[in-house]
Amino acid sequence: MFALNRKTKGEALFDIINNILMLCICFITLYPIWYVLVNAFNNGNDAMQGGIYWWPRMFTLENFKAVFESPGIMQSMWITVAKTLIGVVAHVFFTAMVAYAFSRRNLIGGRFYMILGTITMFFGGGLIPSFLLIRDLHLLENFMVYIIPVLFSFFDLIIFMTFFREIPDGLEEAARIDGANDWSIFLRVVLPVSMPVIATIALFHGVYQWNDYFTGMIYINNESLQPIQTYLYRVVAQSSSSQMMVAVQGSAATKTVTSQSIKLATMVVTTLPIVFVYPFLQRYFVKGMMIGSIKG
Amino acid sequence: MENKKVAGAQPALAPLTSPNFETGSGKRSSLWKRLVAQRHLQIMALLGVVWMIIFNYIPMYGIIIAFKEFNIVKSISEAPWVGLTHFREFLDDDNLVNVIRNTLGISLIKLFIGFPLPIIFALFLNEIRNVRFKKSIQTISYLPHFLSWVVLGGILATWLADVGIINNILLALHLIDQPISYLAEPSYFWTIVISSDIWKELGWSAIIYLAAISGVSPEMYEAATIDGAGRFQKMFYVTLPSIKSTIGILFILAVSGVLNSNFDQILVLRNSLNDSASNVIDYYVYYTGILNGRFSYSTAVGLLKSVIAMVLLVIANQVSKKINDTSLF
Repeated sequence: MFALNRKTKGEALFDIINNILMLCICFITLYPIWYVLVNAFNNGNDAMQGGIYWWPRMFTLENFKAVFESPGIMQSMWITVAKTLIGVVAHVFFTAMVAYAFSRRNLIGGRFYMILGTITMFFGGGLIPSFLLIRDLHLLENFMVYIIPVLFSFFDLIIFMTFFREIPDGLEEAARIDGANDWSIFLRVVLPVSMPVIATIALFHGVYQWNDYFTGMIYINNESLQPIQTYLYRVVAQSSSSQMMVAVQGSAATKTVTSQSIKLATMVVTTLPIVFVYPFLQRYFVKGMMIGSIKG
Repeated sequence: MENKKVAGAQPALAPLTSPNFETGSGKRSSLWKRLVAQRHLQIMALLGVVWMIIFNYIPMYGIIIAFKEFNIVKSISEAPWVGLTHFREFLDDDNLVNVIRNTLGISLIKLFIGFPLPIIFALFLNEIRNVRFKKSIQTISYLPHFLSWVVLGGILATWLADVGIINNILLALHLIDQPISYLAEPSYFWTIVISSDIWKELGWSAIIYLAAISGVSPEMYEAATIDGAGRFQKMFYVTLPSIKSTIGILFILAVSGVLNSNFDQILVLRNSLNDSASNVIDYYVYYTGILNGRFSYSTAVGLLKSVIAMVLLVIANQVSKKINDTSLF
């Protein structure tokens, strides 16, 4: 036993190299984010000189102040918070509800419903037919375009279903004897014991909602309804291309650098909430992903 | 005693009160009875089905505008049929070769580099002995998955700018004389797209393999150790074969999605200067359809893509069935 556990020279070398490799990966992963962070906390004009790698050279909160004082950015932030919160609650509840019905083995038509859903995972109408549908449903320039078209996901349904089927039948039977109907079983028995899978789906959909800029870009023109990512997209795409045009012509303007530092601060503000949430949900989603992907 | 009598009387009464009376056949009546009993469940299920019909099946019907001359002010059914005109137009289009080359080029390189890397990462991460260190690496490696492509586009623009860190380092090392505008050069576009995608998703994609690896029986490793297997040998002869089926399924899914060259990412990183390397099918559909209003033409291009993706899915599925005995269908 002792001999088996003792490391040989080769083993020790392997461990050292492997640890160094992993540290390198961590560095490569974190450093680009850190670089943005320190530059966001640095004076914009000074940052233009470059050379800020580890720590702000001229520390300032001005960039963040500018972000929080800009009414346009804050409005977009609120839209993002609203669409994420409402979207997650609606998506989780609706998808779980359908999944609960689909997961009952005695459901009449259950097989047919599953075939109907499976087809949607592989076929789709594509961009233009979907656009026309959204237009015909009067969801253009409407906040609900962030919620209703993504209310349901068949992929998420499978994750829910797999989990629901593992809930012991006894729980449900006991409730039924007490006179509960399917609604109250779903709400009062199934949902409360399904927190791991709810957390998983909530995280997935929350990340989608928080990061999605395309919906806001093609269905919304009204700036007061535009999420922060769409706002940022317009800033990033516009200013970077104009900056590049300038670069190509061989001149640099001081003004763009200030807009650059505001851009960095906006990126930090946009990213922080989701970065704070995920470590809390981490223990759930590994399990949830396993359930969904293997049997999907 | 009393109970027994009542129970005995029921069968005689049942035919009179059951819906059997109205619907006729006994089989149908029992189906009806079961439907009524599960009416709550049926309502829940049907809400989902109605949603799918509206948001999945109506757009599928909308595909027929690829074969019509669709006009925005008229309805789909009013538009005249034009057959394969729009498909032919795409095949004659000057953009065709470029768009196909970019789509396939980016996607295939992503598939052949981006698919195995998370497996390798998971294998090596699994060999880390210190549990806390392992957990920290995992947490750090997921982090970029939670950044949006917009933010990542901003980060990349910062890094690759003329006064950005990449140019600064290369200038300091005298590898280049002049700063390079990477995002304005088509020749760098694919490298940027592929490496940033790997950076963003490496840790996230590895989760599923790590989960599969954690299910491998420790006895297998003990047996291998007794047989004198080293670390690499255990990785190749124990761990890898044990997660074979997971790899197979994920590979099928990766192949079927191969033409989805990550639209979000392309849209953020592309610009008019790198267009010759960044114009992929998805962007071309968006550009011709949404930006230029050529709905029918754009739908036809999108449909061609879906058909090719479908064929790839079936091929990958068959191949995986043969080699690996795992398949989606």
